Amino acid sequence: MYIEANSTNVPDARGYFGDFGGRFVPETLMPALDELTTAYYEALADSEFQARLANIQRTYTGRPTPLTYAARLSEQLGGARIYLKREDLAHTGAHKINNALGQALLAQRMGKKRVVAETGAGQHGVASATASALLGLECHVYMGSVDIARQRPNVFRMKLLGANVIPVESGSKTLKDAINEAIRDWVTNVETTFYSLGSALGPHPYPMMVRDFQSVIGIEARGQILEQAGQLPDVCIACVGGGSNAIGLFHAFRQDEAVDLVGVEAGGHGVASGEHAARFADPDIGRLGVLHGTKSFVMQDSDGQIVNTHSISAGLDYPSVGPEHAFLRQSERAYYTYATDDEALDALQTLSKLEGIIPALESAHAVAEAIKRAPTMPKDAVMLVNLSGRGDKDLDTVISALAGREG
Amino acid sequence: MSDARTQGVTALETMFAAAKAEGRSAFLPYFPIGYPNYEESLAVIEALAKTGVDGFEIGIPFSDPLADGTVIQAATQKALENGTTLRACLAAVRELRVRGVEQPMMLMGYMNPFMRYGLERFTRDAKAAGADGLIIPDLPPEEGAVFAELCRKEGLALAFFLAPTSSSERIALVAQQASGFIYVVALTGVTGARTELPADLTNFIQRVRQQSGDVPLVLGFGISQPEHVQAVQKLVDGYIVGSALVRAGEHGAEATRALAERLMPRGAL
Repeated sequence: MYIEANSTNVPDARGYFGDFGGRFVPETLMPALDELTTAYYEALADSEFQARLANIQRTYTGRPTPLTYAARLSEQLGGARIYLKREDLAHTGAHKINNALGQALLAQRMGKKRVVAETGAGQHGVASATASALLGLECHVYMGSVDIARQRPNVFRMKLLGANVIPVESGSKTLKDAINEAIRDWVTNVETTFYSLGSALGPHPYPMMVRDFQSVIGIEARGQILEQAGQLPDVCIACVGGGSNAIGLFHAFRQDEAVDLVGVEAGGHGVASGEHAARFADPDIGRLGVLHGTKSFVMQDSDGQIVNTHSISAGLDYPSVGPEHAFLRQSERAYYTYATDDEALDALQTLSKLEGIIPALESAHAVAEAIKRAPTMPKDAVMLVNLSGRGDKDLDTVISALAGREG
Repeated sequence: MSDARTQGVTALETMFAAAKAEGRSAFLPYFPIGYPNYEESLAVIEALAKTGVDGFEIGIPFSDPLADGTVIQAATQKALENGTTLRACLAAVRELRVRGVEQPMMLMGYMNPFMRYGLERFTRDAKAAGADGLIIPDLPPEEGAVFAELCRKEGLALAFFLAPTSSSERIALVAQQASGFIYVVALTGVTGARTELPADLTNFIQRVRQQSGDVPLVLGFGISQPEHVQAVQKLVDGYIVGSALVRAGEHGAEATRALAERLMPRGAL
């Protein structure tokens, strides 16, 4: 079975991971969330649904994705042996497809023919458009106009895949505003529409459901690293925007207490600059709050208004973080740090040159932490890094950032 | 504020009773503080108060108002750009009371600014400022226990919502938890003027009435024209007009007052 439901008793029936989570949404959506929760549990219990998802993952997505030993990187850093979980090799180039396919199958099972999705970097939009094309669903993707400008190739991909891309001009014109618009669409068209949420956030059951659909990453990686490295990793590292690739990796290792779990947020221009998306790193700005239906850490000003975030990677540029991450941090099961734009850019180049793998800028944040941490670890230590996506979509951003450095 | 004015749930009860005695429903216009600017928003509310509206839904701006349509989004965004804070909204209520506005004022805002301010501190300060209750679109009753208890302590109302999608179980739950009134969302969607009321509105309200007992029902979302106002008179205990008034508010207090006059309830006189 690919989805392990509720294996650690979180969230509770109200969708809480400890103090975090819940359902802070307009009344109109409450019945839809109940319906979705029921449908999701029914799907989990349905072996046919599970088999269908597993078959699509194998024959379409290309799962299992490989685990690659990064020999030259490990050697150069002179410490831990670094293994990369290759979600960049999944169809559409990122882990987002795992969740998008799961939710699209669920939409189909629920008889909903219209799917709305939000996207930041464009990866969830592409994944949703792909899954919708595969299953014959109508797909509408909300995307901030700032993100549209910096992720052109993905916008074109979505259109090729038959999706309707709707520019969002409100607020900061990025991911958070795209989510607002997607929720407004869902409120308006709730009877006919399935909201495919792209990360482990939002109202219950989304954080749980997205985690479960992404948990295939950790389940595969755990088996692969036991086989290839002969042991469990000492540490698992993943980048955290909303946090779906990280929670998908971490979930399988939750009970392995000797395995450290490290989430890497976007440090932007540095936490001191105030221009970042490191919700956990900056206690003046990152505080307990409610955004997009869930209670978690939210970047806000002293009046409780959500502040604009900054990251070189659109996929990490989000002012809140999935509630389960807030819970893992509070319970000290996971540790959270950050990498700056510059560190991510350096890591992207290093990995490209030493391993022939161009990571997404999001994933490069995890690689940056690996580069910092590996030299401090003994040579027999094992490190598992989630390479959540490939960097093709980021080439324009990387070219101009590198040109800016030279200039 | 005159000594005679009761506050909170009691003030709302008085408001609904007075409207009922006149064979009409209560009119509660919505207007956000800080739009088009702080002073002008107070002038609008003052002018509306003088036309004899029954109460107010006072909008508190938030950066991510996901239950609102484009008109209120744009207005509250402008209010934020004008530097309107939650503290300023409380000051506005206090100032309006000083200027003699006696009608009940429900503060409408989203959860995050309240959390940042501190829920207990907020209910205390809202009471002290002269507010009568709260309307929080992203707070369903399942999440509202703490806030409800704090409101109860201060005698403030906390209105929960019902929508056409609400099941009979949810109608019962909301009827049990709401204080002051139930905010009935007329349609599945976000706030914003509509040309027509939903065709099945009467059935929906009857479905709610079967479970809601004595709790007053206040209808909102989409109401924008005198014909709508006429149509809901016999149906609900009160109605809210937001986006249409906010749009008029762009042209100043006089334009808003003129529209409000046309949207006043006409009872069985």
